[in-house]
Amino acid sequence: MRIILTAAAVLTLAVLPAAAPWLQFVLTLAIAKGFAALGVAVLLRAGLISIGHAMFFAASAYGVAFLAHAGINDLGLLLLLSVLVAALTGAIAGAFLVRYRAIFFAMLNLAVSMVFYALCAKLYGVTGGTDGMPVPIPAVFGIIFAEPVFKSVLFYLSLALMVLVGLAVQRYLDSPLGHALSAVHTNEIRLEYLGIPVWAVLLIAYVISAALAGLGGAISAFAIGRVVPDFAFWTASGHLVLIAVLGGIGGVPGAFIGALFLELLHSAAVTVTDAWNLIVGMTLIIVIMFMPQGIYGLFARKEASSP
Amino acid sequence: MSNAIIPLLLDSLASAALIFFAAVGLTLVFSVLRVLNVAHGSLYSIGGYAAASACLFIASQQLNPYLSFAALLLSAVFVAAIFGPLIERSLVRWTYGKSEAVQILITFGLFLILEDLQRLIFGVQSLYEDAPMRLLGTSSIGGVVYLNYQILLVGMAVLVVVGLRLLINHTRLGRLFTAVVTDREMAQSIGIDTNRIFILAFSLGVFLAALGGALSTPTSGIAPGLGADTMVLAFAVAAIGGLGQIEGAAVASLIVGLARVLAIYLAPSLDAVAPYAAMLVVLLIRPYGLFGSVTARRI
Repeated sequence: MRIILTAAAVLTLAVLPAAAPWLQFVLTLAIAKGFAALGVAVLLRAGLISIGHAMFFAASAYGVAFLAHAGINDLGLLLLLSVLVAALTGAIAGAFLVRYRAIFFAMLNLAVSMVFYALCAKLYGVTGGTDGMPVPIPAVFGIIFAEPVFKSVLFYLSLALMVLVGLAVQRYLDSPLGHALSAVHTNEIRLEYLGIPVWAVLLIAYVISAALAGLGGAISAFAIGRVVPDFAFWTASGHLVLIAVLGGIGGVPGAFIGALFLELLHSAAVTVTDAWNLIVGMTLIIVIMFMPQGIYGLFARKEASSP
Repeated sequence: MSNAIIPLLLDSLASAALIFFAAVGLTLVFSVLRVLNVAHGSLYSIGGYAAASACLFIASQQLNPYLSFAALLLSAVFVAAIFGPLIERSLVRWTYGKSEAVQILITFGLFLILEDLQRLIFGVQSLYEDAPMRLLGTSSIGGVVYLNYQILLVGMAVLVVVGLRLLINHTRLGRLFTAVVTDREMAQSIGIDTNRIFILAFSLGVFLAALGGALSTPTSGIAPGLGADTMVLAFAVAAIGGLGQIEGAAVASLIVGLARVLAIYLAPSLDAVAPYAAMLVVLLIRPYGLFGSVTARRI
């Protein structure tokens, strides 16, 4: 049943741009943010809230821009290398950050990401300051497409990656290593008594979540064609947290459903108002107060109540 | 050399004093309510906007410019009287006894809302009215010229440390705070109205943040984004000092101020990173801050 539902959802996403071409860009961005939010959601399983995950999103996006300027011009290679950049950044930051819990974890993530943002915005000679850096259109397996064709290729590639990476993350969450995350949340000391190193469990989760955020960042960099420091701004991290919370207990599909919901809401809201963060903040509070299981929880409850 | 470094030192002390106001409010609210208010920085910038608007109004009506000193103080009181009870009653109270994750998310949502509201109301350009600073003028000691306003800021910070200590140790309200901090349930069971204490403590925290914001406008003006920067700096200072420690926050803001002087003196492009570097070093050596105590782990 679950497989049929997922397949139907992915197929719908795949044909939607044919019906409404403007949706393609929105959907590509939604999938990219879904990856990053999935990263936040992985850490959320351990009860850790990162309000600085946009840093890894931006680290990988800047990675794409720098590598492209260094002469690498292949989509696959750029994606792979920039995700590695994000994972490496995650390993360095995580080695220090996973020692902390709750408030300290959240605030230190915020602090590190704000330093990163400040550096991106201030080092004009290296990063182009607030002007950002352009991202050229790369070759796909040696073929150079025109821009509209490349954007379609990118969309279907992200859709495929969503399924593949989604399955991989699901496997990880179902593995003992993944279950250890929620065990950290319930009782960390019990885990230590069982001989499981909490530090290692969390560091692995942190690197995975950074890599996921990086994958999203790289896709966004190609979709937008420019990398700016705002990618790393704390409001961007806030959106990722909201998506992860919206996804709620939905696990892997939850993050992508949350991202789709928020991106579509965003493209509807920008035509009416520019107070987008206000809406995000209010939605965050309302979701936490009244539907703690996320929007996925609404569906799940309906499913459970119908015999 | 001393001619260059002494004004720089005073400048850093003055900005350390401003961050101290925000940090001590944060730390006070945390110790009484056991909630870290992520939106605390926004209250600092709201205080700044209120003060700047009031001072600009006084300047435009050509009232006695000395009124702007009263305006700085009154705008902080005003912000605390409105936002303190409002936020505590509507949002923060709901999170008592819930997990820290919920508290962070709720106050973070509030942070997003407040930052956007300020942008909508006051626009994106910066507000600036330096009448209070000009009125106090400068003084010259040993051939070096100082801004008297900066000396006033440092004096105010010292006054706040002493005042808070006196409040906590020698007044009835302070004793009630201490009782609630030490054992909330016991305090409740001997008849202390903890809800009232929470509102008072939260409003006092908001007042201190708003006061910092108000006092900051004559020297640096106020622009969007100040709330987020202040929040992170205030947390850095509170964390270095140990969450819940008033004197700790004072010492920590001195450390951050000195770190900034060193950074400007040695590597000017790194001055924004200096406070965080100081925080990382302190937290690596003492994870609960300089004056913090290790809390027992729950089994």
